[in-house]
Amino acid sequence: MAQKKPEKLIDEKDVRLDGRGLKELRPMKIEVGVLGNADGSAYIEQGKNKILAAVYGPKEAHPKHLAIPDRALLRCRYHMAPFSVEERKSPAPSRREVELSKVIREALEPAVFVEYYPRTSIDTFVEVLQADGGTRCAAITVASLALADAGIPMRGLVAACAAGKVEGRLVLDLDDIEDKEGEADLPLAWMSHSNAITLLQMDGSLTLDEFGQAVNMAVEGCKQIHGLQKETLKAKYVAVKEEVEE
Amino acid sequence: MKYPIMIRVKQKQIAQLVSLGKRLDGRGLNDYRGIQLEVGVVGRAEGSARVRLGKTEVLVGTKIELGEPFPDVPNQGVLTVNAELVPLASPTFEPGPPREDAIELARVVDRGVRESKAIALEELCVEPGKKVFIVFVDVYVLNHDGNLIDASALAALAALLNTKMFNYEVKEGKIEVKPGYKPLSVKNYPIAVTFAKIDDKLVVDPWLEEEQVMDARITITTDKDGKICALQKGGYGYFTTQQVLEAAKIAKEKAEELRKLVVKG
Repeated sequence: MAQKKPEKLIDEKDVRLDGRGLKELRPMKIEVGVLGNADGSAYIEQGKNKILAAVYGPKEAHPKHLAIPDRALLRCRYHMAPFSVEERKSPAPSRREVELSKVIREALEPAVFVEYYPRTSIDTFVEVLQADGGTRCAAITVASLALADAGIPMRGLVAACAAGKVEGRLVLDLDDIEDKEGEADLPLAWMSHSNAITLLQMDGSLTLDEFGQAVNMAVEGCKQIHGLQKETLKAKYVAVKEEVEE
Repeated sequence: MKYPIMIRVKQKQIAQLVSLGKRLDGRGLNDYRGIQLEVGVVGRAEGSARVRLGKTEVLVGTKIELGEPFPDVPNQGVLTVNAELVPLASPTFEPGPPREDAIELARVVDRGVRESKAIALEELCVEPGKKVFIVFVDVYVLNHDGNLIDASALAALAALLNTKMFNYEVKEGKIEVKPGYKPLSVKNYPIAVTFAKIDDKLVVDPWLEEEQVMDARITITTDKDGKICALQKGGYGYFTTQQVLEAAKIAKEKAEELRKLVVKG
């Protein structure tokens, strides 16, 4: 299973290892309403990433002392399945997962009208079944759809996508090997409402100039993903309507 | 989020002032609080530093031990950053395993040091795949009055610059300690600069009351060449692209000022 590091990640014609151009997203497949028990759920495949998200709530906050008097408590758990990566990952939450759960929650919260449901909790669970780089972004994309699927009022859908620098060139939507071997990775979440950036992280090395370009590139990627999210949600309700009319 | 009512009351006042370009403690929007730095405050540690950023106080100690490398990078030493929000630092800190704030703090400090390649980890390899040095950076928050990230990152860098390693020689796979010490080689100087967004304006180095009313927070870490090496957005609000780019520019300038405090000459 182990991947060997290829000599070049991008060839002379700006074609990446998996055949993509520099500003091209990985192929994506999104579904909503995939789980029976959850109030809302969604599934995403982005390249080799396979991620499930489920939302329970708004419901009574438990334990009770966590309830907030003027808004809902939005909770989020990002978790990777032990078999989702090359070497088995212990199912206990790692420090990375704790941090990602926090930033994902903070990326989603600006979109949710939490003030409509005081004293309740809205619980979002994200399970990464297979990981191939950029899972936090795919997790945000799919979790915001699960929230929408649960019928929770939102200002807009949150889409997320990374930009980065690989072999001196700025690229969109890095996969695992590009993330590991590349010079910089900049995950970004974007919401159409207010043109808002709701998640922004970076590691690596970028000049101010490159940073500006990477941010704009990631936002463009998010806009594409946002279009796909809208289509997916619409398709679900069109299907329901057809069923009713029959 | 512990005192929502008090926060509401303060929010109006703080936001009004910020919209006028002023702050409750008299600073300008892009001013840091007074910074005091002491190094070598804990003799038992290999390196240490205490930073006072206004009333925020952070102590960082480093230890170096021998251990095993990670299997995927057999010829590199290991860097570990941990942060403790000790209960004596704030009424909101409680004993117990690190909460997500502490983990985030440690990971943001870690990212700055690691991504700027401040420590040449390959120089810390004794025997590839078997023995390497592990550099432990422990961040101890002693008094919380806002902007723990910048204070911790600054103290961590100062502590690393203050770190001494024992001299050694490898003979037939065994380490022989030789007399004397040499400084840990630090190749880059990452500096974190944090902004709070209040009433759609950015303020540098938020203190506790500003953190309680802010919409969102962004930390930008730049290295000695002015390149961005780490970034972290936090909080329930958002930023616009313009705000992010503006913050990056200011962060670079502010980092240069702060770097002079830690790196002499």
